[in-house]
Amino acid sequence: MQVRVLVRLKPGVLDPQGRAVHHALEGLGFEGVEDVRIGRLIELDLADGTDHDTIKAMCEKLLANTVIESFTIEGAG
Amino acid sequence: MAFRAAVITFPGSNCDRDMAAALEAVSGTPAIRVWHGDADLPDGLDLIALPGGFSYGDYLRSGAMAATSPIMRAVVAAAERGVPVLGVCNGFQVLTEARLLPGALLRNAGQRFVCRTVGLTVEGTASPFMVGYQPGETIRIPVAHHDGNYFADAETLDRLEGEGRVAFRYAEPVNGSARDIAGVLSANGRVLGMMPHPERAIEPAAHPSLGGADGRRLFESILAALSAAA
Repeated sequence: MQVRVLVRLKPGVLDPQGRAVHHALEGLGFEGVEDVRIGRLIELDLADGTDHDTIKAMCEKLLANTVIESFTIEGAG
Repeated sequence: MAFRAAVITFPGSNCDRDMAAALEAVSGTPAIRVWHGDADLPDGLDLIALPGGFSYGDYLRSGAMAATSPIMRAVVAAAERGVPVLGVCNGFQVLTEARLLPGALLRNAGQRFVCRTVGLTVEGTASPFMVGYQPGETIRIPVAHHDGNYFADAETLDRLEGEGRVAFRYAEPVNGSARDIAGVLSANGRVLGMMPHPERAIEPAAHPSLGGADGRRLFESILAALSAAA
């Protein structure tokens, strides 16, 4: 089974990379860019039937640092 | 008393030799070198040092992969028994990822790698690492990092300050760290994580922009604290 984990910086955590990309987009002439936040997409190919709690544990123990990041799990059954 | 210090090397560590050299220079005893894949630490350690570098190429997050390595289970167990642990730069990142210290190290606010000698204000002195410093004094120690921007929520920051667990603060703007925090202590004061490199400041150098000896006192402190306890 395919599962996608989206890891994002929590609101309020400064994202210097997002800010730099924001400035770069403006430098390219794109208008109306209000904010840019950069996250991470992790695709997992897991044994069928892997339960949600196990995937959540993977996120909490390694895939995300919950001090600074939140995560969402997509595609789990 | 022979001083038994271990320096852990992860793939991508690059300050491990500096750390071992500093420990030997101050203690007179060669440090024991330990590889990340080892499951066990040597017995009877007086200090465990996690060096700077880019362990596992900073994959996922700085320090995240190293925190899962076999030796870190042994380091966490040793820290829980009260063995002093020092994490410098990437070592600090590993200690936060291993949850031995609170908070996290984010990308520098200015996006740039910062490599220079900076002023630090000494704060928390209730630690075997800190006995050689005076509260409020300013020392100079080199930094060299890209992810040194200390972050923790306001409640955690208040707790760290309230419990005297901020070891050092930057005396000048460096990386955007919350409340200028450069180093933090565990609740029992026996785990210290810091972004600046004390092992690069153990002897005066000919040129004032190089070296300095302000980091030496950190290693002398731990030796003195152990001798006093013995």
